[in-house]
Amino acid sequence: MQIIQPHYHAIARTAQDYERMAMSGVVAVAEPAFWAGFDRLYPETFIDYFRQISEFEPTRAADYGIKHYCWVAVNPKEAENPELSHEVIKKMPEFFDKPTVLGVGEIGFHKTTKNEEEIFEAQVEQAIKYDQLILIHTPHLQDKVRGTKRTLEVLSHMNVNPERVWIDHVEEHTIREPLEAGYWVGFTLYPVTKCSPKRAVDMLEIYGHERILVNSSADWGPSDPFTLQQCVVQFRARGYSTQDAIEIFHNNPARFLGQNPKFDIKPIRLETIDEPSHNLVGN
Amino acid sequence: MQTALQVLDREYLEARCSLLELAAALDRVDRAADHEGSAGEFNDSRLELLKQAMALLSEESHLPNRSERMLLLFSDLD
Repeated sequence: MQIIQPHYHAIARTAQDYERMAMSGVVAVAEPAFWAGFDRLYPETFIDYFRQISEFEPTRAADYGIKHYCWVAVNPKEAENPELSHEVIKKMPEFFDKPTVLGVGEIGFHKTTKNEEEIFEAQVEQAIKYDQLILIHTPHLQDKVRGTKRTLEVLSHMNVNPERVWIDHVEEHTIREPLEAGYWVGFTLYPVTKCSPKRAVDMLEIYGHERILVNSSADWGPSDPFTLQQCVVQFRARGYSTQDAIEIFHNNPARFLGQNPKFDIKPIRLETIDEPSHNLVGN
Repeated sequence: MQTALQVLDREYLEARCSLLELAAALDRVDRAADHEGSAGEFNDSRLELLKQAMALLSEESHLPNRSERMLLLFSDLD
């Protein structure tokens, strides 16, 4: 089955992960810009990082027949350095012209501070100005509810089209409001600290399949790119068809990301073919 | 040996995750029963065992033997 991995931090993973993803049906990944595990000191470090994910990483993925796309942004943790963040934001439009850059992300809140909010708003404004898709990170664990509510409050005062905004890492306690407000939402499958494959399928059963993306994130921390495939298996084990699975794990990301014409993978449909039977006996 | 705080630091998130998975599993049974039209009526002895096990978790204990007592709860002793 063909799968699109819509949130994947490839620079933190090995070539063997690409190979095994290709073997398990992954045809494309999209890599948001994120925190490197330490706070960077220089705008140029971000620029080189954006070059890495928009120029080099697509070549590494292509070795395994996987298309690689990316997003550029200052992540919420490093937004605590507003001076650095504004310098980076000024440089981001240069990357919007790159052939595989899909938009601005992941942005949003970590601890829901004033600095984070200032940089979040600046990046949303820039995405609007340059007609870019938006990918929003919501906080971890005990900070998730507060950060998600503030995210929605901030967005409600800005001129965003919810259909072009993806609010990621939602769980049972944060899915309802963004979905009802018309945004796309994402389930991030982590071994311990976010959503599990089984709980993701539960939410698909409760909330339906529209405007929902499922991803593994898969970064340098405890994470696993194949939780996405585990989710496909869990979904199929509950009796849903292959086409139902394709709708969620391939077509939904194709629909959201395809709002940027650079993402040229279209939704697909399985079709049986009536062929004349061949009698091989005696040939 | 690690201190109690160090152990809790290491175990907290995994314990949280295990409880969430249990809550989701019970919700799954309830939703299926609701779908079948037997909400509030569906019963099974295994559900009763799970409830007893959950009660055991919240009991105060002077002995660190919750896992042993839980396994005995799930055992056929006759």
